[in-house]
Amino acid sequence: MAIEVKNIVKTFGSFAALDNVDLKVADGELLALLGPSGSGKTTLLRIIAGLDWPDSGEVAIDGENALSRGASERQVGFVFQHYALFRHMTVFENVAFGLRVQPRAIRKDEATIRARVKELLDLVQLDWLANRFPSQLSGGQRQRIALARALAIEPRILLLDEPFGALDAKVRKELRQWLRSLHNEIHVTSIFVTHDQEEALEVANRVVVMDKGKIEQIGSPGEVYDNPATAFVHGFIGESIVLPVDVAGDAVRLDGRSLNIPALGAASGAAKLFVRRHDMAIGPAGSGTLEGAIRHVRSFGPIQRAEVALSGGEGKTVIEIDAPRDRELQAGEIVSLQPRRYRIFAAQD
Amino acid sequence: MSMQSGLVSSTSQLRAYAPTTDVSVAAPAPLLEVARAQPVTAPRNLRTEPGPIRFIIIALAIIFLSVFVVLPLVVVFASAFSKGIMAYFAALAEPEAMAAIKLTLLIAAISVTLNLVFGVIAAWAISKFEFTGKTFLITLIDLPFSVSPVISGLVFVLLFGAQGFFGTWLQAHNVHILFAVPGIALATIFVTFPFVARALIPLMQEQGTQEEEAAISLGASGLQTFFRVTLPNIKWGLLYGVLLCNARAMGEFGAVSVVSGHIRGETNTMPLLVEILYNEYQFVASFAIASLLAMLALITLVVKTILERRLDEAEVSDGD
Repeated sequence: MAIEVKNIVKTFGSFAALDNVDLKVADGELLALLGPSGSGKTTLLRIIAGLDWPDSGEVAIDGENALSRGASERQVGFVFQHYALFRHMTVFENVAFGLRVQPRAIRKDEATIRARVKELLDLVQLDWLANRFPSQLSGGQRQRIALARALAIEPRILLLDEPFGALDAKVRKELRQWLRSLHNEIHVTSIFVTHDQEEALEVANRVVVMDKGKIEQIGSPGEVYDNPATAFVHGFIGESIVLPVDVAGDAVRLDGRSLNIPALGAASGAAKLFVRRHDMAIGPAGSGTLEGAIRHVRSFGPIQRAEVALSGGEGKTVIEIDAPRDRELQAGEIVSLQPRRYRIFAAQD
Repeated sequence: MSMQSGLVSSTSQLRAYAPTTDVSVAAPAPLLEVARAQPVTAPRNLRTEPGPIRFIIIALAIIFLSVFVVLPLVVVFASAFSKGIMAYFAALAEPEAMAAIKLTLLIAAISVTLNLVFGVIAAWAISKFEFTGKTFLITLIDLPFSVSPVISGLVFVLLFGAQGFFGTWLQAHNVHILFAVPGIALATIFVTFPFVARALIPLMQEQGTQEEEAAISLGASGLQTFFRVTLPNIKWGLLYGVLLCNARAMGEFGAVSVVSGHIRGETNTMPLLVEILYNEYQFVASFAIASLLAMLALITLVVKTILERRLDEAEVSDGD
């Protein structure tokens, strides 16, 4: 089902958790809400679920005003960060809960409920845990049961709040792929909240980057990574080198020296130059626009990471760049650097 | 490694490290090996207090408990049975004693039931909602504990007494609150209110609202959420609160004494009757009833221990 959120405002005391947020989610999409803590992503999710109410704005699920219905009437599957499994019930009863509390008129008979729960436990590949209690499960297992429980009510949409936040790194990776393939299988419109950019880029069809209660950018993982719309997005997604520069017309200057790169339409004045670590080409001294001395090199995997102290500016500016390992770098070596791809954003403060 | 600490409990003794002298060299090695390398024959036993001090501390604790707790308990039962078992049961079968026992049970039933409901509501409000004046409400819940029971009783006299706030109106409509069952029940409810709420608030705060939110998002109504999710999660805490509430309700003396009026066979509860009989030198009768209250205390203790164990288990099992 499609979701449409319009002009949502939500404040907690004097803190604006959501500041006029608009969002459209297409049917069958797997969307990530990505942002640092305090960006309002969880609040937005909870408002869509009906667990929080906006101060103003509209929420429509499948074209129908959702704000006129309580959380229990929205048929929205919600998966909590800390699972929120019912601790006094077995795994089976946890999954069956949503079916057992249905109004008598539409409640299914016991055999149908059992069959449905069995089916869901098979789907999350944990049918062998049916008679255990939540306390006897690992974190990853609990999360999968929480998902099965949410799916039991045949939700129109599925909302996941930091679904992998409380798990260790290895289990996280496995569950990510698993969630992806599960979504391919059942195709329910899903939104998940995360502060982990890697998770968002790897799992979602579309990523919504949020900061301070506002949406900074909406796009495919490739778009938000390669074409960040704002300085915040560039800094938050992927590792960036940030240099304070001055823009005058089409000239970009660092510490008073021109960098010989076009300003790409950035307005004149103080600005920030953003370059991905691997987008900084290393060449022999004198060949590029920036120059510096390598202070330290670490090699791992296919890359080597070099710490370079830029010349000029009293050598205080130290940046980290990633270079392929085909060219051996030495500490102490003077190299020149040339940004291959970069973005310039006006300095905000 | 803090080996200097004074009182080392028995559990931490088992986990204690060997003396500090040369452990630093073998720091990352497993504990077992360190223990083997450092036999227990250290120059001085650093792990615990010297024998005589331990002995004195333990002996003091036992003597104190014997004199102040066990001895009175023994005296109560000894005096109750001092004229033989027949006299004991005869004393309990007296109409006045029977009336007091019945009244006490009635008052306990009323006050425990109402406090169960009020306590759950108050704990729910405090632990699951955010609202202004919450801190004030928490303080208010503790008020009956911090105020002298006599004053608790006096409040009701001032409100419902002949010269009291509602006194004239009550008299005109022939409603009896003071020196009757309603007054005793009110005073008891007031004094015992904190038990259920206090037992539940920390428990419910710790459990948070996520399970309730999950239930609601799965389509459960408010009542279904309460009976299927909240109540099962708090049941042991609730029983614990009810148990203590009941013990206090049956044993309350001060507040009840002020509002009861001491009408024999009508408004005397068991604790009040114990005092009256004692003042009339009816020691066997007095201690016979006292022995019932003492027995209630013992049963309460046993059940309380069992419940505490259940509560601990419930807490241990939900770690994630």
